[in-house]
Amino acid sequence: MKTVNNAVCTFCGCLCDDISVDLADDGAVKIRGACANGKGHMEEYDASEASPMIRGRKASWDEAYREAADILSGARSPLFYGLSSTATEAQRKCVALADRLGAVVDTTSSVCHGPTGIAMQTFGEPTCSLGEVMNRADFLLFWGCNPMVAHSRHFTRYSLMPKGRFTPEGRKGRRVVLADIRETPSAKAVDRFLRIEQGRDYEVLTALRALVQGREMTATSVGGVPREELVSLAEEMTRCRYGAAFFGMGLTMTAGKDLNIGQYFSLVRDLNARTRFSVVAMRGHGNVAGADAVLTWQTGYPFAVSLAGGVPVYGPGEFTAVDMLARAEADAALVVASDPRAHFPAKAADYLDSIPHVVVDPNMSLTAAKATVYLPGAQYGVDAEGTYYRMDGVPIRTRAFRERSRPTDEEIFDRLLEEVDR
Amino acid sequence: MAEDTGSGRFFLITGRTPDQTKGMHSGKTGDFYRDAVSVAMLHPETLEEMGVTEGAAVLLKTEEGQVTLPSRPDKGLPRDIVFVPMGPTANRLIPADTGGCGMPSFKGIRVEVSPE
Repeated sequence: MKTVNNAVCTFCGCLCDDISVDLADDGAVKIRGACANGKGHMEEYDASEASPMIRGRKASWDEAYREAADILSGARSPLFYGLSSTATEAQRKCVALADRLGAVVDTTSSVCHGPTGIAMQTFGEPTCSLGEVMNRADFLLFWGCNPMVAHSRHFTRYSLMPKGRFTPEGRKGRRVVLADIRETPSAKAVDRFLRIEQGRDYEVLTALRALVQGREMTATSVGGVPREELVSLAEEMTRCRYGAAFFGMGLTMTAGKDLNIGQYFSLVRDLNARTRFSVVAMRGHGNVAGADAVLTWQTGYPFAVSLAGGVPVYGPGEFTAVDMLARAEADAALVVASDPRAHFPAKAADYLDSIPHVVVDPNMSLTAAKATVYLPGAQYGVDAEGTYYRMDGVPIRTRAFRERSRPTDEEIFDRLLEEVDR
Repeated sequence: MAEDTGSGRFFLITGRTPDQTKGMHSGKTGDFYRDAVSVAMLHPETLEEMGVTEGAAVLLKTEEGQVTLPSRPDKGLPRDIVFVPMGPTANRLIPADTGGCGMPSFKGIRVEVSPE
């Protein structure tokens, strides 16, 4: 048996890089140190050779590349979607392919932290690394997120528990508040749970901003939160030495969307007039932060980018995948390491079924199962190496601990670029 | 906006659950995943008021569509919230309208709930 230490889990934006892998002589893999999500992600991936499929039938790689290239280069309005669970090296090749074909590129950000990107462009993002949180933060605010389920090691590895240079007491030295509309498993781990009425986050954040700015509040409650609770929270936030604010889909997916995030960022900005405070988005997919970074580096915009006119054009609502599919504006699609048939509103998912689509994904998914062409690549962090960006924008090199028998996504896009140039 | 319309007295919230993520790893085309994302969670007293016994089916109806799902009590939920794990079942109820930002309202649309 062989043991590989410090492997990187690529499931979520935590990118835990302290995972141990026991590799038995018979090929069995045992993951130690990961959460249930990471363990499943790394153990249950079948790294054996996999055959591409064309319309549900096995095909050779050459046939599949040709068919995929024909579909994409024959389309008048191809949509490229996903990219968040693949390495940055593959993402940049995918953007190059989109540029060659005049495609629209959108990432899973648009149904995740897309509103955060919009708010960032308008309000700015006073942010920091998770290392800074671990070493400095004595006050943590979580808003509309459930780390115990979605980012299971965030509390223990980065935020609540770790002892750092200026936080020697770990959990004891931190005050932790969670604001949400429902009492999730994460609520049990915090000092104070603030229940917000559904859809009233913006109002509550506005009240907190007013209080942090030293204004009087006459209302007896806002968004279901009594005045005295808001006043004491504002006092706690301004009194802390270093605060860190995290947030998730409870703000991005609910009424207000980017405006909620803008108000959250503004609250953190206001707090910096009184103390030191930072904000970090709880990014979901392992390399969704990398997808934003690569797309911004290559086109100037983080998601929803059309390359159809020869120059990048940014258009949330116009070039976002759900909108394009629901309005039947794409006539072919390339889906990369994501599953829109599982995660898009039915109207958009059903339309995707009606157009030819190529799927690049290490795992069978609802989208891959109905793909016109399915290209099963290797899984970064298991049998392929590549760069992933953690939720705080820190790049981490993933390790391969299994022998590889499939092409990497980067190699797949290289071949597709060759094929469309033929 | 989509979340402000409709006649239901409940709000629909979708999101992650441990079983939903477990189903992602074990295979989205399998029964475990399908069952994991096909459940409606409500506060136990809300279910009792509607005369729904634990596990009995409820009908969820939005302006977009309707689904019938087994119910499950969840004390952590407010009385006016129905939680359905994110996935293809919940997405039968979610309008594709994004209000120009690219993000559908996966949380907070109006939904009618009735015993099936």
